[in-house]
Amino acid sequence: MFFQSAARKTSDPRRALVSPFDLFAFVLVFGVFALFTQGTQDTLIPIADMEKVPISLSPWALPEYALRTTLRMLAAMLASLVFTFVYGALAAKSRRAEMVLVPVLDILQSVPVLGFLSFTVLFFMNLFPGKVIGVEMAAVFAIFTSQAWNMTFSFYQSLKTLPRDLEEVSRSFRLTGWQRFWRLEVPFSMPGLVWNAMMSMSGGWFFVVASEAISVGNTTITLPGIGAYVSTAIAEQNLAAVAWSVVAMLAVILIYDQLLFRPLVAWADRFRFEQSAGGPPPQSWVLDLVKRAHLFRWVLSPLGALFRGLARMPLRAPVGLPRPVSSAWASRPMDGIWTAAIIAVALYGLWLIVSFVATEVALREVLHVLWLGFLTLIRVAVLIALASLVWVPVGVWIGLRPKVANAMQPVAQFLAAFPANIVFPFAVVAIVRLDLNPDIWLSPLMVLGTQWYILFNVIAGASAFPNDMKEAARSFHLKGAQWWFKVILPGVFPYYVTGALTASGGSWNASIVAEVASWGTTTLHAEGLGAYIADATTAADYPRITLGIAIMSLYVIAFNRTLWRPLFTFAARRLRLD
Amino acid sequence: MLETRSAGAGTPLVEVSHVVQSFRKSDNNRYLVLDDVSLTIREGEIVGLLGRSGSGKSTLLRIISGLVPPYAGDVRWLGEPVTGPCKGLSMVFQTFALFPWLTVQQNVEIGLEALGVDAAERLRRAEEAIDLIGLGGFENAYPKELSGGMRQRVGFARALVVHPRLMLMDEPFSALDVLTAETLRTDIIDLWTEGRLPIKSILIVTHNIEEAVLMCDRVMIFSSNPGRVAYEMPITLAHPRDRLAPEFRALVEDIYARMTNRDAPGAAPSPGGQRTEAGIATALEPVTTNIMAGLLEELADAPYDGRADLPALADSLNLSGDALFPIAETLQMLRFAEVTQGDIILTPEGRAFVQADVEPRKAQFAKQLLAHVALAAHIRRVLDERPSHKAPYFRFSEELEDHMSEEFAERTLRTVIAWGRYGEVFSYDEKTQQFSLEEED
Repeated sequence: MFFQSAARKTSDPRRALVSPFDLFAFVLVFGVFALFTQGTQDTLIPIADMEKVPISLSPWALPEYALRTTLRMLAAMLASLVFTFVYGALAAKSRRAEMVLVPVLDILQSVPVLGFLSFTVLFFMNLFPGKVIGVEMAAVFAIFTSQAWNMTFSFYQSLKTLPRDLEEVSRSFRLTGWQRFWRLEVPFSMPGLVWNAMMSMSGGWFFVVASEAISVGNTTITLPGIGAYVSTAIAEQNLAAVAWSVVAMLAVILIYDQLLFRPLVAWADRFRFEQSAGGPPPQSWVLDLVKRAHLFRWVLSPLGALFRGLARMPLRAPVGLPRPVSSAWASRPMDGIWTAAIIAVALYGLWLIVSFVATEVALREVLHVLWLGFLTLIRVAVLIALASLVWVPVGVWIGLRPKVANAMQPVAQFLAAFPANIVFPFAVVAIVRLDLNPDIWLSPLMVLGTQWYILFNVIAGASAFPNDMKEAARSFHLKGAQWWFKVILPGVFPYYVTGALTASGGSWNASIVAEVASWGTTTLHAEGLGAYIADATTAADYPRITLGIAIMSLYVIAFNRTLWRPLFTFAARRLRLD
Repeated sequence: MLETRSAGAGTPLVEVSHVVQSFRKSDNNRYLVLDDVSLTIREGEIVGLLGRSGSGKSTLLRIISGLVPPYAGDVRWLGEPVTGPCKGLSMVFQTFALFPWLTVQQNVEIGLEALGVDAAERLRRAEEAIDLIGLGGFENAYPKELSGGMRQRVGFARALVVHPRLMLMDEPFSALDVLTAETLRTDIIDLWTEGRLPIKSILIVTHNIEEAVLMCDRVMIFSSNPGRVAYEMPITLAHPRDRLAPEFRALVEDIYARMTNRDAPGAAPSPGGQRTEAGIATALEPVTTNIMAGLLEELADAPYDGRADLPALADSLNLSGDALFPIAETLQMLRFAEVTQGDIILTPEGRAFVQADVEPRKAQFAKQLLAHVALAAHIRRVLDERPSHKAPYFRFSEELEDHMSEEFAERTLRTVIAWGRYGEVFSYDEKTQQFSLEEED
């Protein structure tokens, strides 16, 4: 294993004290430090001061904006991780907490994050009145809500499927809860967690861009970042600036992927549970560098030792509950009380929502909003179907050619991560110039960023299609429609469902920014639920925002339960190849 | 019930008395896994729990270790009642159960970390255990890089490093290939007889008869469904034991005979053999028709010519006893063969089956199936009676679950489905989960 051999090489005393890797590492580490300090020191100033510095559309301002945006991403990722560990562990370990936490998480996953923005901005600005940090936190929170749920689900599911023998080992050797958490539970869930963090990150760029320029009622907040840059460019009708931001975003995602996620994936490979060595382990030049350069070892090894020391500490709860208390807590009547309490809270919540919405909105409007939701539903369904018609064949074609697939797979993942809202202006300009019907032509924007999930999942599916089955199909001369319907489509179906599910969820979210689009003073409107929520946000009309979000969540949940989940079960039961 | 005789003069480590284990199926319905088991393990002995899969021996091991509480009965560790995982006791797992993200050294240290042993002492003791078990030089390897045998050595080192008084071993060699298992087994016995293992006693769970005879001072033979200690056999042969010695072979033969004695497991076999009717509630072993045919053909051919010694047959087919028993029993149930006194004898029906072609074979199998497997006959009757000639899966699974665990019910139904399909007695549609009559398709 290369971990070991690399470590041995570095401890070889005959090697030079300073390697060329060290030089590079030095620049990398301190460059990041310098940028980081610069990026964070502005957060504590008052909002008024910040507004004095308008967003500059010079391309030279972009690196700094990109850094700001990236820092927000990182902060949100950190928050998501902490949330995941706490929430996931609680849900997995307490039966009663599980009853509440898991359905709540399921709903949270389906709630359109962008609809939240207005609420969270208000909340965090009140928390730090007049300070930029309040707005920053609102933006970070928005990204957090787009990242945390699937990471938490992944962690929870890992905890629920811990290998029985390892669990027995940790119990029979009497590891404390703390040791067990860091020695067994976190490592076991690491590959899933890293993968989901990557997916979350892809989704996150979209929200960070959307959340940097927020207008709630009369207040418009622009946080320095790529998102604010784009929205300023839109307001000033500066197409060149939009193009620059696209370039900057491409660079940021590329760097992020290379510096953070590649190393993470390569590192997480050792946590894969299968004990046999599978295919070639994922590689990362950054990770190799980290392991080769003395400097990194010098900086990182005390940190690693500290962390390992912490994980090893036999910490346990200072006092256990006395027996009668714990047995009363676990008893059946207590279950009843708990259930009753949950129902009571749920009813109270329902009453709160209804009474809040009813202050402004009549029943007729509710029906109208349902109709708007239906329009958006049709858009999502039609566009996902169209995207599937295009990308499934393309994905199959690519996936069956290993060389093309190796080249294209990162590109497709990259496109999925790219925040499509940055390129919206190009489409809007086209619609305005050509005088197209916004009801139809704004719709494709909804799948602009999400269709790639279908593509890269289908590529993955077609690449994983077993060679012997390909050969069998060829030797029996299966061709044309028969080959598509009997051989390859069933083969990639489970992957397709995963991709399409992600794509449809993302499209619902995107509708909030896609159904209303503007260019300078021109604003295009498509009739739909997304536009309804966007308008209500601009007007700071909270009852209508609440109503819009609630209805959209209901649509998403219904769509997932009636279409995607049955397809998922079907795929898992009948079409699995292993 | 046999009470354990004192096998050594050592002080008792574990005392298990009248332990019952069962799993809840519904409010007033429990499925019995262990029934009234009592045994004592003393210092200075290797005790074997020998039994078929499903005899509850692994469950008993987990009850002793404190991982699982018993439903009823008393378990004491060093005289104290067991309420959770015990101190001074460690376990070696069939699946090795190593943490793939920890190196050999870290895996071995894990038990010491839980005890709060400081780093220097941890390092020293881990080194010691690693060297003892022959893993020196592999300290920094990850389990992925090791072969199965080396992985299990890590499992042993990890169990030994905490210096337990009792080491529990749950089929520690059964996931290894024959040669590797033999090497590791010999190493462990050698270390034990030389007194170099930092432990007082060993309790080993196994389904391998020869392994039990090779290692143990005392073997408890378990009967299945529910698990009981059917017979206790002291083994007084001196170490190192020779597999080919006549006394060794005699012990193996004796245990084989006792374990195949279905009506009174463990008892000395009576001449003539027993025949068992499979009632509806009999759990069926998932033996495929191909395996049955293969065994029957082997049995009919030279050198056996219709009668074979079970251990010899197991050897020539490269099967462990545990794999052979269910096949032999299924053949006996279908009246293709008879098992008596550790021998298996081909019946006229079995011979006819071997000599027939594909279609007549199926017809004969169908005949035997309907005549001797009550569940198959029952399913067929239900299908005949219903006007639609269809019946859903749960119609039978629920019926079975009154008598056995969900897992066994599913396995039994899956088995009878496979047999019914082969004999064309009925067919089954996986999509709709329905049984139907063959003619319908």
